[in-house]
Amino acid sequence: MSLNAEHVFFRYGRKGPWILEDRSFHFDRGERVALLAPSGSGKTTLAMLLAGYLTPQKGRILLGGAPLPGKGACPVQLICQHPEKAVNPRWRLEKILAEGGPLRGELLDALGIERAWLTRFPLELSGGELQRFCVARALAGGADYLICDEISAMLDVITQAQIWNVLLAEAEKRGMGILAVTHNRHLATRIADRIETL
Amino acid sequence: MEQKTDTLLELHDLSVSFRMYERGASQRELTVISDLHLTVRPGEIVAVAGSSGSGKSLLASAILGILPDNATVRGHLHYKGEELTAERQQALRGTEIALVPQSVAYLDPLMKTGAQADGHKKPRPTVRREQLFARFGLPKQTGRLYPFQLSGGMARRVLLSTALLTDAALIIADEPTPGMSTEQAVEALTVFRELADDGRAVLLITHDIDLAFTFADRIAVFYAGTTVETAPAADFKEGPDALRHPYSKALWRALPQNGFTPIDGFQPVAVRLPAGCLYAPRCPHKTAECEEKVPPVREIRGGEVRCYRFTGKNGGCDVS
Repeated sequence: MSLNAEHVFFRYGRKGPWILEDRSFHFDRGERVALLAPSGSGKTTLAMLLAGYLTPQKGRILLGGAPLPGKGACPVQLICQHPEKAVNPRWRLEKILAEGGPLRGELLDALGIERAWLTRFPLELSGGELQRFCVARALAGGADYLICDEISAMLDVITQAQIWNVLLAEAEKRGMGILAVTHNRHLATRIADRIETL
Repeated sequence: MEQKTDTLLELHDLSVSFRMYERGASQRELTVISDLHLTVRPGEIVAVAGSSGSGKSLLASAILGILPDNATVRGHLHYKGEELTAERQQALRGTEIALVPQSVAYLDPLMKTGAQADGHKKPRPTVRREQLFARFGLPKQTGRLYPFQLSGGMARRVLLSTALLTDAALIIADEPTPGMSTEQAVEALTVFRELADDGRAVLLITHDIDLAFTFADRIAVFYAGTTVETAPAADFKEGPDALRHPYSKALWRALPQNGFTPIDGFQPVAVRLPAGCLYAPRCPHKTAECEEKVPPVREIRGGEVRCYRFTGKNGGCDVS
């Protein structure tokens, strides 16, 4: 089963410039790909298209030959660049985590999530702490593909290494495919088997 | 309280705590920054690196006096040799001291970015803003767009421009580079370097320590709300042997290009801070002394460190 973008065209609005023009992209389960490209070149847009948050004006996104399912938890999970914008500010973190699926204690421990944080609101946590919740939420369901859009840019290097090591171990165990969007070439070569540019 | 006239900003024994409700009406104090020392001199870029949630952004808010009402700041804050009082903070922020906020959510969603960057300044610095946008590689029409129409990296560069358009003597940049490509981040830091060479100062809060090595003069390493080490940037370039505190060494080793090895354990939470050295629970070299008393700041080899185990013998390093 592979995740494909086939000749995708996308622009915001009816008259905006094309962000993606005739772009194809392919990756398999178990593959680890890094996407390196300058800012504003459509990396986040491609990530959102692949995860089904946006639909292309032309072209198709196919998962194992079929369009992404419209119901239930999406097998392609996206972890966003700005965690503070990816959570409901009026929900406690417990409820936010439960959206992804049942809580797994060992995953919370591996990510360094303190149990005391579960009853707090997103505003009471730092960006790095919040991002761990977003990672846990994405891993809680049965995702086959994980799209990581600059997930560690706001983390300190020790936390970055911790989170990536957890993610890579989890991906290895479940045979997930990982697409990492990043600006850091060192990080890209460290985590990916294949580096793509836009 | 000694005062140095050659420093622009001096923080001495600074602590920040929050009053929080526990259960019903009972309150408790939560200390998030404790005995922090930091000096910034004119012409200098001081990078603040360290773990997420160690209070780096709160430090920025404390200097600007924009903490919420339930926060208490203790200790000494001096700007240009004079006490930084609440009135003075209010007068200085935005003009003498400028902030580059951490989150792109700080942009007004209903205002075009060009007008936001210009601010209330009269006459409008439109020409300078356009030059700055062009320098950061933002397309010409960016000024006419709303924040939601920008990518993450573009919004960052707009935020950065808002601070650079002021004539502030001190710029506090709270993570200005995530989302930017390496070239753009280098350009942004080059602008900071030029400002510093011009006699202004930049307090750069960042996780991009490899960029900080290259552009900053000194690096202050934060852990759990205090500085564990302040070192010349050159020491970080040299590697763990030149560094003093075990946490700084661990930071260096966790970089993707130098091993990518995290250390075990987590930063202590503010409710349960250890009695002694804040790093002791994770430190492989701790002794009984470390767990009892907070180590004082000591000056060693042109840097400052809070560690009992570091004596500076044998070329400077007895803790690896």
